[in-house]
Formats: sequence, structure tokens, C-alpha cells
Amino acid sequence: MLRFIALRLLTAIPVLFTVILITFVLIRLAPGGPFDQERAVPDAVKESLNQRYHLDDPVHVQFFDYLGNLLKGDFGPSFKYPTRSVTEIISKGIPVTMELGVYALIVAMVIGIFSGVVAAMKPNTMQDYGPMSLAMIGICLPSFVLGPMLVLTLGIWLEVLPVSGWNASPGDKILPAITLGAAYAAYVARLTRGGMLEVLSQDYIRTARAKGVSPFRVLTRHALRGGLAPVVSFAGPAAAGLLSGSFVVETIYQIPGLGRFYLQAAFNRDYTMILGTTIFFASLIIVFNLIADVILVWLNPRLRGSLGK
Amino acid sequence: MLLLLSACGEKPLTNVEHGNRHQILHIGNGEEPKGLDPHLTTGSPDRNVTAGLYEGLTSLHPKTLKPGPGVAESWSISEDETTYVFNIRKNARWSNGDPVTAHDFVWTFKRALTPTLPNEYAYMMYYLRNAEAYHTGEITDFSQVGIKALSDHQLEIQLNYPASFFLQLLDHHSFYPLHKDTVLAHGEIDDPLNKWSLPGTFVGNGPFVLTKWELNNVIVLEKNPLYWDAENIKLNEIHFYPIVDALDEERAFRAGQIHVTYTPQMAIEKIAVYKEKNPELIQIFPNYSTYYYNFNTTRPPFDDVRVRKAFAYAVDRVTLTEKVTKGEEVPAYSLIPPDPEGYTPKEYFKFDVKEAQRLLAEAGYPNGEGFPVKNILYNTNANHKKVALAIQQMLKENLNVDVQLENQEWKVYLDSMHNLNHDIARAGWIADYVEPTNFTDILIPGGGNNHTGWADPEYRKILDEIKRTSDLEKRYALFEKANKMIADNMPLLPLYYYTDLNLKQTSVKGWYENVMHYHPFNGVYLDDGSTEAQ
Repeated sequence: MLRFIALRLLTAIPVLFTVILITFVLIRLAPGGPFDQERAVPDAVKESLNQRYHLDDPVHVQFFDYLGNLLKGDFGPSFKYPTRSVTEIISKGIPVTMELGVYALIVAMVIGIFSGVVAAMKPNTMQDYGPMSLAMIGICLPSFVLGPMLVLTLGIWLEVLPVSGWNASPGDKILPAITLGAAYAAYVARLTRGGMLEVLSQDYIRTARAKGVSPFRVLTRHALRGGLAPVVSFAGPAAAGLLSGSFVVETIYQIPGLGRFYLQAAFNRDYTMILGTTIFFASLIIVFNLIADVILVWLNPRLRGSLGK
Repeated sequence: MLLLLSACGEKPLTNVEHGNRHQILHIGNGEEPKGLDPHLTTGSPDRNVTAGLYEGLTSLHPKTLKPGPGVAESWSISEDETTYVFNIRKNARWSNGDPVTAHDFVWTFKRALTPTLPNEYAYMMYYLRNAEAYHTGEITDFSQVGIKALSDHQLEIQLNYPASFFLQLLDHHSFYPLHKDTVLAHGEIDDPLNKWSLPGTFVGNGPFVLTKWELNNVIVLEKNPLYWDAENIKLNEIHFYPIVDALDEERAFRAGQIHVTYTPQMAIEKIAVYKEKNPELIQIFPNYSTYYYNFNTTRPPFDDVRVRKAFAYAVDRVTLTEKVTKGEEVPAYSLIPPDPEGYTPKEYFKFDVKEAQRLLAEAGYPNGEGFPVKNILYNTNANHKKVALAIQQMLKENLNVDVQLENQEWKVYLDSMHNLNHDIARAGWIADYVEPTNFTDILIPGGGNNHTGWADPEYRKILDEIKRTSDLEKRYALFEKANKMIADNMPLLPLYYYTDLNLKQTSVKGWYENVMHYHPFNGVYLDDGSTEAQ
């Protein structure tokens, strides 16, 4: 198992290097630079800025300088916010994004698994169609539609929840968590239903039932562990997706998370910020996929043989 | 989930309700400010915050924008209007308790003009004697620049030539004083990465001090007890929220989370709703700024002035502003907006389809036949798109000319404009201070803001003459000359003068509209009395 993890981490190095290289080249190919503004920037100012940020060096020199600094753990100063370093911005933004992600994941798992199980217990009845139709709507409804709808109904008409902010007033985390978690809840519901249906038709379930085990116990003790396997393998990418894909929700609700910085960095051509956040998210995705794989192996002993000794 | 919802059912106070009770103003402030060091910031969100943190030699009146006493309680101007002597208040203090002196201003101006400091507004100081020479490195002795401390509380400033608007400039952020020791304690004089202006180390001389700045979340200013006029400052705190999207901002306003929407534009579709249902909440005021389309005069078909004029005459600006933009914008027939200080440009053309058709035929495209399909370029934005669609339609109807719309993401659009990689491109210009040169200078031949390729040496001569002229009547005559020349050559197509469209809770008092969208916080207070906003 340790060997497996070590191997996976080793392969992450070339992956990360490629990510850095591609990002580095792509952002420099994009038209417009970090210091371009609507008003012409005087040449002298532009020159001194380029010098300050070493943008006047040849590109390959810039690249290796960047890599060198990176190895020292230095992401450099943000181009857009000169008084802040990229490391500082990431370290302040990521706890917020993570907190939001965790709440959203809880929303997704609780609602998703519950409705998936409910649907799987009586397939092709109203008990199945109801939650599954809702799930379909959840998948189809993008967060930039769902968010404002929730804000209008719960925030403005009913006035029960704040419509923006983070840690500013009680309850301001509820709407963002629901908005972000909804689509994932829908996926989880469908995956749970599929996994459960498959498991529930297996022989060992029939055996358990034949032995007179109560339906509830069959469900919780025997079926869930196998039935949730698809959900677990989905959880890794979902967690990564929640973290890196939360920028829409963060923008709608004015949440100071990293997703919003990531998006703005691209628009601002904030080179160091784009690279820093991309590297950070790439590493996160690698780690989450690894964790999901490890859990999967733990859940399904049959996979252990295929790890490669 | 229902449990969670019902737990919050007690309706805690909204920001606005809480703020009204405790004199805390909540403001939507557009994009996150780049920084709060006034020599290194350019955007208006930055300006909105620094307006509370610093005080210049003069302060503009919140309603009329007339310059009045600021840190300087009085001043005298020499006969030839080139030497100013300012008397700095003896009770003016920095937020760390140090007195504000004339030496602070001398050092601050020196920093602003340091060639290696990337200060984009350094040119605003070029009115001072030798400032340009020092900033461009021609001279290295700062004592030759026209600013001198006569004593701790007397500051002399010498100008190159009389500039009637100079007192107005002194309340611009690039002229705010900085606390020397604080700045130098955190970096060199020319260090753009200097962190002195962050909470904790910030020192200013304004009515408020910076106590919190969480990126993408909130900036908090608190009343500065050491401010010389602190007893007349009624607000205890100001909270700025970075909300970029106009619809998000409107929702925050409606939910009572902010008192004022500060982004100058709002979503068009919301204007009518507010006008009808809550007219007391919407503020519409003319702004000293112009919305226009640049022609690329360096390539066909817009290298032909007749084509440019035909386009300009064929656009019905009244319909455009009444039916499309709907924000009471004023149709523009000149690049220069009418100036509340006195200058009103003449209109040399009007909406005239017959004349437009005649000019287009004369240029070789009778009834639009054979006219190539060209693009109108704009940066991705719903409001710009609506305008472009309307103009596309007008050109089709009035000239039988087809144009296509092309939107580009902001930086790509800037890149296209700077490289003249467009045929027609949307543009807007907001003045830094109330003076027509803000607009006439856009078209300086070869200038970085001239995205038309039009470069007439005659026009430059007029601009040079304006600089040398201080007599108001003569200046106005020169502006008119420039204005006529622009109309004769039509390098750009003026569309309308912007208005500021803001939402403001009725509890906000002492907040006035003006053509610069400039709102000092000194006289602002909150009072929901009987007229509480919903």
C-alpha cells in the first residue's frame, strides 16, 4: 500500500511540471499583459514595472527563475495586488474555499445518499421517480441560476437568510453551501441509486434476506458498503471540483475564497497568481484522487491484488 | 436543512439597519482595490477608499466640487498666478499623532515624482515647475522642483504657467500627503511592493483610518480620533465590499446589506423598475464622461472622413439613450461633455439620415452598396452589447450597411485597441478633474489613449496653445477650435455622456451627487428616522 502511494506521488512530479509549463506558456500567449489598462500606461512606468517583475528577461530565463523560486516555496508577489504575496492570498483564501467545500460536500452526501437509497428501495415507483426527477433538475440547474433564485426567495422575499458575505452574519454560509452542493447532491443521488440497485440484486443480499435479517439491517449492514462504491470513487473528483469550481458561488455570494481569486487572476493577467493557484489546485486534485483510490481499495478487497506488488 | 432555516428565522438586523443605529456605512465598491498607496493606485474603487484615508491641501465641496480648505486652512496666490503659498493647519495630525507639516508634502511630492516609482499619475504634477524634468530624469536635484517648505506650516508651490484648475487637483489622490517615516520603514522610496499601507502599519491624515482589509471580502475604515475636525465626523465606520457584478450588487442592496451601490453603472433592466417602484432609492446624475466609438482611420473604409461622418450622422442618439440605455444619458455630439464650470461645446452635426446617405454615396457606396462588412468591437458586457446591437440596427436602416458585433474579454480588447487592431471600437472616458483638456488630450497625435490613428499636427498645435493660455475666454475659444476640428475629421463617434446610476438608502444623509462621482465622507451620516428604507 505504501509503495502504491509512493509511486503515485512520484508520477505526480512530471504531471505538475507539465501543468506549470503549459500554464506558463499559455498565459504569456494570451493577448494583453498584467499592466495593461484602459488608460495608456506611460512608457517609463511600464518599463519600471517590467523590470521590477523581470518581465523584460527572456521567457526561458523567467521560467527557470520561477521554478527556482517555486522550489524555495516562493510563489512571488501578486501582479494585481502588489502589497500581497501569492502565498498569502492562497493561504487566506483556501480555508474559506475548503470550509465552503466541506459544507457543500455534506449537503451533497446527506441529500444525495438519502434520496438515492430511498429511490433504490422501490425502483420504478413514485418513490423512485420523485427524488430522481429532482436530481435531474439539480444536475441541469447551473449554480449561477440556482444561486440568484435562492437569494431571491430565501434572502429577499422571505428575508430568512443573508444574501452575501462570509462570517459577517449568522447563516450566511447556508445558501452558498446549498447552491454549491446541489448539483453534486444530484449526481450522488443517481450514483447511489445505481450502485444500490446493483448490490440489492446480488445473491448475498438475497441470502441475508432469506436468513430473516430485517430490511433496515440488510440496507445498512450489507448493501450500503458495496452500493456506495461508485459514490466514493466520485467523491475524490467531486471534492476537487468543489474546491476548484466554487468561483461562481463565491462570486454570487461575495465569499473571499480562492476560487474567486483564481478567476480574477485570469482576467487580470496576474501571472504569478494564475500559476500559483493552478499549481495549488493541480496538487489538490492529485491528492484527492489518491485518497479516493486508497479508500476504494479499502472498501473493495478485490482491488488489492491489482495494486502491483 | 429545514431546522437550520428555522433556526435563523428570527430576522437578525440587516447591515443597513445595524449600520443606521451605529453610524456604520456599508458600501458596494466594485472591483477589489489594487492598493491604498495613493501613488500606486489608479482605479476608482481605490480612490473611493483613499478619499476617507487621506486629506489633500484642498478639499472639494461634495456638491459643487469647488475647492475649499483641506489640510491647508488658507492660501495666497501671486499676481501672475504661478506661485501658491499654503498655510497648513497647525492642528493637523497624522493618525500616529505626528503633526502634518509642509516638509511632509515636499517629501511626498518627491516620492511621487521619483522616476523609478511606477506612479501612473505622476504627469498630474507636471504643472509644477521642473516636475517633468525631475520625473523624466533630466534633473536629479529635487530642490529645483517648484515645491518648497517655507516653514513647518507654510508650503510654496510654483507652477510652470497659470492653471486655473490647480486647486482642484490638490484633492486628487496623487496629491495626498504621505507619512515619510512610515513609508520608508517598510521599503525604499521607489518600492511598489511596499506594504506600509496595509492595516496595522497604515498611517494617514484623513478623517478615517484603515483597520481591516480582507481581500475580496471587506475593507473597514474607522473614525480617526486624531483628525483635526474629528468632532464633526459623524460616521464611526465605513465598510467597503468588493462587488463587481451590478446584479449581485443590486441584490445585496435590496437585501439591506449595503447602503449605497457605488459602481457607476447598474443593470439597464433594473432602472425602470426602480424608477417606477422606488424612485426615492435611485440616484441619476450626469457624469463628466463620454461614451464613444473609435474609428480606425488608418485603414479602409474608415480612412475616408466621409464614411466616418456618414456613420456619425446616421446614429439616432436620442432613441439610443431613451430606448436602449435608459439611464437619462445625454446624447453627445462632441467628445467634450458640457462643463459645469463654464465651457459648453458647440454641436457641429446632428442626426441627419439624408446627409449621412449623401456622404456615403459620395464616398463610393451609394445606398450602402459595396460597403465591406466591418466589426464593432466592445469588451464583453451586457450594456455595451445592447448599445452595439442598437447601432448595428440603425446603420442597417439608415445607411443599408451591415456591421457585425465582436466582443472580446477586457485585456484582449485593450490589446486590440492599443494595436489599432479594430475597425470600430467602443470606448469610454471619465475625467480626472473638471477641465476640457481631459478630453481634448485623448486625441493627441500618437498618444497612448488615441485609438483612432488620427494624427493631425494642426490639432497638436491647438493643444500646445491651450497649455500656454491661462485666460479663460481664450481657452474656451481654443477648446471650441479643437472641438470643431474633431467634428470636421470625426476620428471618433460620440454617443452619449454617461450618467451615474446609483442606489442609495434613504437613511444616508449628507451624500451629494456631482459630475465627478466623488463622495467625500466628512459630512455623511445615517439617519433612518421615520423614513426608514425598506
